[in-house]
Amino acid sequence: MTEEEKKLDPEKEKRKVKSVKKMREIMTAYYLEAKSAREHNKKVAWITSGGPVEPLHVMDVIPVYPENHGAMIGASKMGADLCEKAENMGYCRDLCSYARSDIASAPVGGGPIGGLPAPDFLVCCNNICGTVLKWYEVQARYYQVPLFIFDTPFCHAEFTEEARRYVEKQVNEYIAFLEEVCGKKFDYDRMMEVGKLSIEGQRLWQAVLDTTMNKPAPMSAFDAFFHLALIVTLRGTQTAVDYYRELLAEMKERAAQKIGAVPNEKYRLLWDNLPVWYKTKWLSEKFSSHEACLVADTYTSAWCGQLDYLDENDFLRSMVEGYTKIYLNIGVDQMVKIVKKMVRKYDVDGIVMHSNRSCKPYSLGQYDIQRMLQDELGIPSLMIEADMVDERSFSESQIETRIDAFMELIKQKKGA
Amino acid sequence: MEGIHAFQRVVNDPGSYLQAVKGKQKIIGYCCTYLPEEIIFAAGVHPVRLFGTKGNIAKADAHLQAYSCSLVRGILEEGLAGRLSYLDGMVFPHSCDSIQRLSDIWRLNIGFTWHADVVLPVKLDTASAREYMAAVLKKFRRDLEAWLDTPITDESLATSITTYNKLRRLLKRIYELRSENPALISGRDVATIVKGSMIMRREEAAHTLEGIVQALEVQKNQSSAPQKKRLVVAGSICDHMEVYDLIEQAGGVVVWDDLCTGSRFFEGQIALDGDPILSIADRYTDRTICPAKHASLTARGDNLVQIAKERKAGGAIFLLLKFCDPHAFDYPYMKEMLDKENIPSMLLEIEQELPSAGQLATRFETFIEML
Repeated sequence: MTEEEKKLDPEKEKRKVKSVKKMREIMTAYYLEAKSAREHNKKVAWITSGGPVEPLHVMDVIPVYPENHGAMIGASKMGADLCEKAENMGYCRDLCSYARSDIASAPVGGGPIGGLPAPDFLVCCNNICGTVLKWYEVQARYYQVPLFIFDTPFCHAEFTEEARRYVEKQVNEYIAFLEEVCGKKFDYDRMMEVGKLSIEGQRLWQAVLDTTMNKPAPMSAFDAFFHLALIVTLRGTQTAVDYYRELLAEMKERAAQKIGAVPNEKYRLLWDNLPVWYKTKWLSEKFSSHEACLVADTYTSAWCGQLDYLDENDFLRSMVEGYTKIYLNIGVDQMVKIVKKMVRKYDVDGIVMHSNRSCKPYSLGQYDIQRMLQDELGIPSLMIEADMVDERSFSESQIETRIDAFMELIKQKKGA
Repeated sequence: MEGIHAFQRVVNDPGSYLQAVKGKQKIIGYCCTYLPEEIIFAAGVHPVRLFGTKGNIAKADAHLQAYSCSLVRGILEEGLAGRLSYLDGMVFPHSCDSIQRLSDIWRLNIGFTWHADVVLPVKLDTASAREYMAAVLKKFRRDLEAWLDTPITDESLATSITTYNKLRRLLKRIYELRSENPALISGRDVATIVKGSMIMRREEAAHTLEGIVQALEVQKNQSSAPQKKRLVVAGSICDHMEVYDLIEQAGGVVVWDDLCTGSRFFEGQIALDGDPILSIADRYTDRTICPAKHASLTARGDNLVQIAKERKAGGAIFLLLKFCDPHAFDYPYMKEMLDKENIPSMLLEIEQELPSAGQLATRFETFIEML
């Protein structure tokens, strides 16, 4: 390589998000700690992405997220192979690719970190979907460990009194379960601290996402997909709070200097559904080439969407509403209201919807949401049919064509 | 047999039958046997199960991606195409993710007079879940009373429970008679009877079943036929009667099942003492479980092995609907449990259209021959 080639492009360097390095260090340390938990006499719990993690931190249990592992598997492009292994185990190809890749990974230590550390117990909250129930049943049978199911009834149009009472009871059952499996009493004072940290972390995450209201947006949804990991896995810890403070400062600085994630940002788009984990760079560059920035998304904003319900003075009780009324656990018409708010807030020109065959609660209803946004706000959407982890379901040339056509429409609409 | 013909007519042309019922009663549609239909019946309303569509799916494609199951797409199709105009309302008990979203899409696109979501617990193995189940049913009773502007009395619930207990007892008796002597009645006829019982007015169905059981009791020792290989079937819905014909032509016979359009509909009697809502709630909490619910880690596997042993089945056929996630997740461990008991099994994934009869026949023959 010549001296010229080795010289870094200052423009590109300026555009790089500096916090990424810190983020990688934290996640590496987190997984190392999880994998060596036994040596340090700590317990490991597997928990769903929408599950109530705060009590686990109170009990000093290391939470591990098979869904985060699934995202890593997708990003490392190891999804197709593991999904195929799952199919050989008898798991149908049409099942969620997070579940398939995790189930296949367990017996072979697959994925980019040599597999997840075995759980001491499992915590499954079905607020995100019914698939996690089945997935965690499979793992409970495989690992022969206790399983706690936090059953959050679906809120089509309302959160009923009956459901509230049921979830309230389960919060108590959860605490009792933790006391049993951990062999120690639950520290309610510690819960106050963890609750406060959780809420502060979520507020900071919201503030980070809000910086994209700036034009140009200092970060894109693709950046958000990456920086999301801590508010999911380490929500309730000082580490998460410290990190997002730093990230927020960086984003505010970038906004002040008009450093955009996309140079020459002309068009602002909203992403719906989970990422296509193995194509984030390709998609980012593709939209960039059209001077379009994905400025917001419905997925990462779900981890600060409960702030209205959470109460730092009564965190456990407020968990009832906070964990039940999440974005995926409400009716399609309720979801549209939230999307419309985001369209206005981030001043968005169009929506990119990932019709993700792995996630029915997120994807079924998208066609109606698309129609409602067009009819009520005049906002066009692009539907990308793919899968979040299984590369076999992504047709690059087809999708490229559709993106180009969609951007033509956006440009015409905006009068470019 | 006249009784069987009555069910055949209703199954072959539910629309005509239900249009006639509509003049006399309100009709509510549903798509899952977790519906507490005893409460609907007690209110003097006729509950009818929907089974998807036999026609082309076109309108539903504008609302549901191709990766949702044909049951959900078919039901939406029927609704959008206006073929369910006999319904006064739809009730969606919580079952799986697809039905959950179907409820929303239905509510937003099809303007029936009444729409209810009965969000039952997913967990069925704790005291708080049992309480919640009862609370949901109590709320459903109130909501139904409000819609009809009529109270649903405990007496009417008791009568309803009695009717359903009778209906279920008779269906189970047919299964038992068939298990003891499979030559007595064909698999197609049994499946037709069960399906018909979910469409026909329930007192009429119970009455018709009485006649069928009486006739079968008389004949039970008479028919004799060459021994066929005894099988059990597991899955969600099996709406394809030809499957049973083909199994029988291949030398097999279904002697019991774990199907939503089978034993899960009739297993479990309801206690007549105490609060009727609590008794109904107990039946739905304790009934043979569907994979969209959680009872224990191996409830379904245990049940299938027990059924196979009890009914002396030499093999099992998993009839799974394509894109049905809960059933597909259960399949590997259930197969493993059967393997451990040396009970061979085969998996058939079905869609709205069955594979060709020739293909199916070969698959069944190959499987049944080796039993």
